Amino acid sequence: MSIIEGLNKNFESNVRLGIMSILVVNESVDFKTLKEMLNVSDGNLASHIKSLEKVNYIIVEKKFIGKKTNTSYIATLQGKQAFKNHIEAIENFLKSNNK
Amino acid sequence: MDVNKNLNDIAEIKELMNKSSRFISLSGLSGVFAGIFALAGAVLVFFRFMEFFSSRISADLYNFELLKGEELKDFITFSIIIGIAVFISAVLTGLFFTLRKAKRNNQKIWDLSVKKLLINLFIPLITGGVFIFALLYHGIIYLIAPTTLVFYGLALINASKFTFRDVRFLGISEVILGLISMFFVGYGIFFWALGFGVLHIIYGISMYIKYDRK
Repeated sequence: MSIIEGLNKNFESNVRLGIMSILVVNESVDFKTLKEMLNVSDGNLASHIKSLEKVNYIIVEKKFIGKKTNTSYIATLQGKQAFKNHIEAIENFLKSNNK
Repeated sequence: MDVNKNLNDIAEIKELMNKSSRFISLSGLSGVFAGIFALAGAVLVFFRFMEFFSSRISADLYNFELLKGEELKDFITFSIIIGIAVFISAVLTGLFFTLRKAKRNNQKIWDLSVKKLLINLFIPLITGGVFIFALLYHGIIYLIAPTTLVFYGLALINASKFTFRDVRFLGISEVILGLISMFFVGYGIFFWALGFGVLHIIYGISMYIKYDRK
């Protein structure tokens, strides 16, 4: 068991945590913006997105802008709750260490 | 589990949340210069119609004569020209300082947050513009200055969700000032100078110190 109670395995990677940080405060964000914000490679980002998708923390939204497809990502309620719990767990850990 | 790593993570998360949803390239200097131009504009209008304004200062609060006829027409035209000049200079210098800040911090100037910021700014602003046009149309000149302050304040409050929180408090200050000035007819120019001039300069300097100076 992790020392910090309530930590979410799905957020072990900083990239995944980063993706969720951006998606909880924005309605939907496209791939390019995520890539620029997080400063990661296409492949790296894609694999982390896939794993977040698998646990239903985010959903993919494909739109057509003219002839081009534009892929955006939206955090699900479940994903937002999981993110919130994770942050709270870190905060509680930091608080208990501050005593 | 180490404390520092977690502190770092939290700081990073916070930064990502802010950067992705708020426009943080807005420079405090934009506000300072907008305020300086507004004050300069107010001074020009004041000196052009000094006779009226000085009589207004010495007159009884509710017993006075407003501008009429040719003089009023002259006042309206002059004020509109000054207003437009102030607006254009403020937007241009604002853009200059904001672009400079974005460049320094390696941030994109045109992203989702700017788009949201502008849309939310312009909805109350355009509403206010039409409202003021209606006042002009009906000849209710004395409520125009207070109305600009109120709608500008509401526009700032609305847009503040997508930039620094300070903008929200600036907006609230403008609205309060505008509402007060509605009851002091004929003093519009002074409230205008206070709201668009002094408040911009104060908030601009405070934002510059908080976010720009590093």
